[in-house]
Amino acid sequence: MRQHMKCLHVLRQALIAAACLLSTALAAREVEDATGRRIVLPDQVTRVMAAGPTAAVVLYVLAPGKMIAWPSAPRPNEREFILPAVRDLPELGRLTGRGDTANVEVVLKARPDVIFDYGSVSPTFSSLAARVQEPTGIPYLLIDGRLDRTPASLRRLGGALGVADRAEAIARYVEETERMIDDRLKDVPASARGRVYLAREPNGLETGLTGSINTEIIERAGGINVAERGNARGGIANVSIEQVLAWAPDTIITWDAHFYAGYANEPVWAAVPAVRDKRVFLAPRLPFGWIDAPPSINRVIGLRWIAGLLYPDKFPEDIRSVARDFIKLFYQAEVSDVQLDRILAGAQPGGRGR
Amino acid sequence: MRSLVVLLLVGALVAALAIALAVGPYPLSLSDVLHGAARALGFEDGTPAPGEIVFGRVRLPRVAAGMLVGAALAGAGAAYQTLFRNPLVSPDILGVASGAGLGAVAGILLSLPVAGIQGLAFVGGLATVALVYLIAAALRGHDRTLVLVLGGVVVGALAGACISLVKIMADPYDQLPAITFWPLGSLGGVKLGDLAVTAPLVLVGLVPLVLWRWRIGVLSLGDDEARALGVDVTKLRAAVIAAATLMTASVVAISGVIGWIGLMIPHIARMLVGPNFSRMLPAAMLLGAAFMLVVDTTARSLARVETPLGILTAVLGAPFFLWLLARGRKTWG
Repeated sequence: MRQHMKCLHVLRQALIAAACLLSTALAAREVEDATGRRIVLPDQVTRVMAAGPTAAVVLYVLAPGKMIAWPSAPRPNEREFILPAVRDLPELGRLTGRGDTANVEVVLKARPDVIFDYGSVSPTFSSLAARVQEPTGIPYLLIDGRLDRTPASLRRLGGALGVADRAEAIARYVEETERMIDDRLKDVPASARGRVYLAREPNGLETGLTGSINTEIIERAGGINVAERGNARGGIANVSIEQVLAWAPDTIITWDAHFYAGYANEPVWAAVPAVRDKRVFLAPRLPFGWIDAPPSINRVIGLRWIAGLLYPDKFPEDIRSVARDFIKLFYQAEVSDVQLDRILAGAQPGGRGR
Repeated sequence: MRSLVVLLLVGALVAALAIALAVGPYPLSLSDVLHGAARALGFEDGTPAPGEIVFGRVRLPRVAAGMLVGAALAGAGAAYQTLFRNPLVSPDILGVASGAGLGAVAGILLSLPVAGIQGLAFVGGLATVALVYLIAAALRGHDRTLVLVLGGVVVGALAGACISLVKIMADPYDQLPAITFWPLGSLGGVKLGDLAVTAPLVLVGLVPLVLWRWRIGVLSLGDDEARALGVDVTKLRAAVIAAATLMTASVVAISGVIGWIGLMIPHIARMLVGPNFSRMLPAAMLLGAAFMLVVDTTARSLARVETPLGILTAVLGAPFFLWLLARGRKTWG
């Protein structure tokens, strides 16, 4: 009986292997995107266009040499961290099928082999992708941009663009980061989890609700986002300072320099535990945002940063060297100590000298 | 009878005030309330307890701002409706809201601090109405009121187009949500310091309306009749527009655009006390303050996140206004 089972198992393995070989031989360059659309790509993909800012980060990380344009060009303070050949590429705008700023004729003139977007894969976006692909004839791939799908999405894209090795290295880094966080935090009970409030806007009263793409890395890094969604849809919302006081967060993360510079002078904010304990941190934004802006693989360093802020005992590594390695691996930039100081301004405990 | 109405309005305002002060996500004790109030009046110093801060520095300013915004919008609406002899006129008829919106949105795009955004909103509102008035003054020989209203529509549409342009240029992750939220109105971020600037401006706008209330009432009879009664119509109209615009622009700068109040509340006030401007103005302002308190209390207790005020006033206001229309009673003149 046992022998019989084993026999069957071997037979099945062989069949699967044969099927795989057959399918790759028949359609060497037909790939399936995250919505199940089957798309034919040229054998050699050399010119790739990112449809939006999230895709642009992924493309820059995986295959900067194949990039032909930016949806929005790097800003002056970001340029120094971006490869010289790439940072001067033209800005062509967004081409996601809705609210586009890119002109289709200009895009056609740039002759991309493939366009891809990285983000939501709902039926709406799938049909929008088809609407771009049909008249232009340029293959348009949709890649799932959800945080928990990052490694699989990177590998899928790496295969499609012909940069499988590079994609594998980046995907491994993401997996290792996530595994490290899970391992080190598995014994931390819910009662000991950091309670985090994300402050946006100069007045600090715009936030992202739990589960929103703007705050999901807080939760993934082992924190609790105090802005519970309740029955609202996850997304950006305005809240009152009274509600922030009632939530009593022990850590505030902001990315607004005005709020970071001004909250200390506000008596109302002084009553928030996080402010009282001097645990307000400015999220780095260079060369791409660490927690959002855009919500793409640039957020992977944000995971380590937030986990380190919330659980310094579990993450004793210096965030400076972690950030340096990340920027070298992802963006191929060597950062000096001075540059690191600028990137990490306000992002470390006690960094403000107060 | 009329004094009874005023008494009732004051009673409604006091009731709304009490509820607004008592309701909120942060639980308060009576001692927090008393100490917080004493501190707000300057009778106490030292380190305040969190509850006192919530009452004195969060809820009290917010409630005061709600009353100020509601009263100013309703008062300006009453002035505009009397001036244009039309019950369907609201304070943004001359483009003050779109202008303020454009100013605020430009401030957000330029990443200015809060005070800068508010300042630009205020200036934008005033500048838009000034532009409309200049256009109307330049187009002589037409019906003055018609030219003013059309000028407001044109300039308002232009400002709306500029706001859309700014949206395209804005950072989609950082600035775009704020640009979307601002025109919907909120009192969530109002601070005592904002009130110290806004309240005097509203008062400055209110003074001419109160001083010239009889003459403004005469305007509602028609330009020729008013002239026959010895009123300098052109000057008075300019003064009323300036005053009502100042009131609207200064509150819109701190609260964002809150629709419907300036249209609906004067209407109700007219039903209660009649079309006489000197009675309608105080009634509208009392009612506007009370209504704004009710709406804002709802806005911050419906959910943990704020519901934008413009949405609530429309949801509450639109059906009510339809009901008013359906009743078909002539309340004008």
